Amino acid sequence: MTASLTRQAAEDFLYHEAALLDAWKLDEWLGLLAGDCVYRVPSNDAPDGDPSGTLYLIADDLARIRGRVARLKDPQAHVEFPHSRTRRMISNVRILDRDGDELSVEANFVVYRFRRDERVSAFVGRYRYRLRIVEGLVRIASREAILDAEELGSLGAVSFIL
Amino acid sequence: MDDFRHVLNDPDRLDFRVHRAALVDPAVLDREMRRIFDVCWIYAGHESEVREPGDFVTRTICGRPIILCRDSGGVIRVFLNVCRHRGAVVCRERKGNAKGYTCFYHGWSYDRDGCLDGVPGASSYPASFDRKEFGLASPPHVDMYRGFVFASFARDARPLEEYLAGAKEYLDLVVDQSPTGEMELIRGTQEYAIRANWKLLVENSFDDYHLMSTHKTWLDYMKKSGVRIPKPPKGHVMPAHGVGKALGNGHAVIDNENFRGRPVARWIPLYGDEAKPEIERIRAELEARLGPERARRVADTNRNLVVFPNLVVNDGSSVTIRTFHPTAPDRMEVTAWALGPKAESAKARAIRLDSFLTFYGPGGFATPDDVEALESVQKGLAAWREVPWSVMTRGIDKPGEQLNTDELHLREFWIHWDRYMREAA
Repeated sequence: MTASLTRQAAEDFLYHEAALLDAWKLDEWLGLLAGDCVYRVPSNDAPDGDPSGTLYLIADDLARIRGRVARLKDPQAHVEFPHSRTRRMISNVRILDRDGDELSVEANFVVYRFRRDERVSAFVGRYRYRLRIVEGLVRIASREAILDAEELGSLGAVSFIL
Repeated sequence: MDDFRHVLNDPDRLDFRVHRAALVDPAVLDREMRRIFDVCWIYAGHESEVREPGDFVTRTICGRPIILCRDSGGVIRVFLNVCRHRGAVVCRERKGNAKGYTCFYHGWSYDRDGCLDGVPGASSYPASFDRKEFGLASPPHVDMYRGFVFASFARDARPLEEYLAGAKEYLDLVVDQSPTGEMELIRGTQEYAIRANWKLLVENSFDDYHLMSTHKTWLDYMKKSGVRIPKPPKGHVMPAHGVGKALGNGHAVIDNENFRGRPVARWIPLYGDEAKPEIERIRAELEARLGPERARRVADTNRNLVVFPNLVVNDGSSVTIRTFHPTAPDRMEVTAWALGPKAESAKARAIRLDSFLTFYGPGGFATPDDVEALESVQKGLAAWREVPWSVMTRGIDKPGEQLNTDELHLREFWIHWDRYMREAA
């Protein structure tokens, strides 16, 4: 099923997703998610846990992802008003496994976040994706952003979609 | 600074103000480090972080690197993480289990109990050199209350329980949630910096006045997920009744009727129908063990507790421990953990962690907006010379009960802050 999805096609998909997120086209981004999608960011000191037994920074199911997007579109999400400017660099894309109509993809990222007064922060880490072919289209079954920093520290918060 | 006066407290004129220099002046921070952080009992960690002899965690409190550990006799100890020889830290790992601690610089080594047991080339020291004098140092006082470990750097510190005063009752309410009488820290630590004065986070941690305006998006999310958020009565700003209380020695609390759910034990639709029987089971255990009245007290109120100066325990939709230390007048480092009953079922633990994330932490729906608010305050404070006073008079003319949206509990913090800062050193 997924044999036709080459690394290049997976890469193109991730680039497309990154472009939507950098442009804050959040509703279009929601369209890329499978119905059982999860979005997770583990705590920096526990990158290999499970959110049912380990404290994460973010562990959303689709309902909470939708809630997160609704919040981020509201000017009263003060931490993201005005919206941060972000720029995502994605590289080292690898397909690790194929299983039926799903494939596991990893990639490195640097996401820069810019705020007024020259506040620049760089979120560095790796993505773990499960992509699924649904009716011929690529959909995100899970996306996890694992930060490399030993602590969140001066990055402060993960207030946009990382 | 002998005429140090940053808190204007004038009950006769119903006036209470805080001078904003207290939030920006480096000299104030220096004085706080000596007169508050070096004097008070400071939260050092939780007993569950070090379960077995040799278990340790390292962190920084009051600007000092420490090792919180369990010694060979099973006693919880706090060592200053610094070699007696020339000053390097002796333990550089975040946590683990150690037979002892070895300074890699010249190789001095200490056992689990902090005794110096290895000195390379020991024969070159004079005969008077006594290694018994060179064990790892400890703060003068280390003590524990129901699993919460505190240290004090003051030789003449009063006993911990006396210091905690009325805060003990609120720590009891946390620990009484556990059928075994023991709580445990859950794996996963949220460590983040805020570009704001540390006292702004004290205020924010139990200031319910800001909820409706700062956290509208969180309230909208809760409503959409089926949680009933009552409309505040006329003249009020909170959806449920709650009070602010002073607990002595600068500790204070807001104590609110619960509307936002509790894993122990009040179900809300957000938990999902399948979680209902588990929450009911926890409630039944609570009532059987504590009686219906105490169970109601534990399960049907939310409490945000500030233990002076820098420990916050939020006991509501989850239990969070949050402590923070200033690194500059306009910067603090925050560490937050989730706490849960020991031997809690996997289902209840999952609900607890899930509801933690809805509100709290750097990826939550509320905490990032709090951080933005504090950083916004700090930016505004740059105009402190022109606009020198912050107003803190909500509720000040009320004879009886103070609401959670009044500012009695904030005033209580500042009155004691002022006392410590002005007392003869």
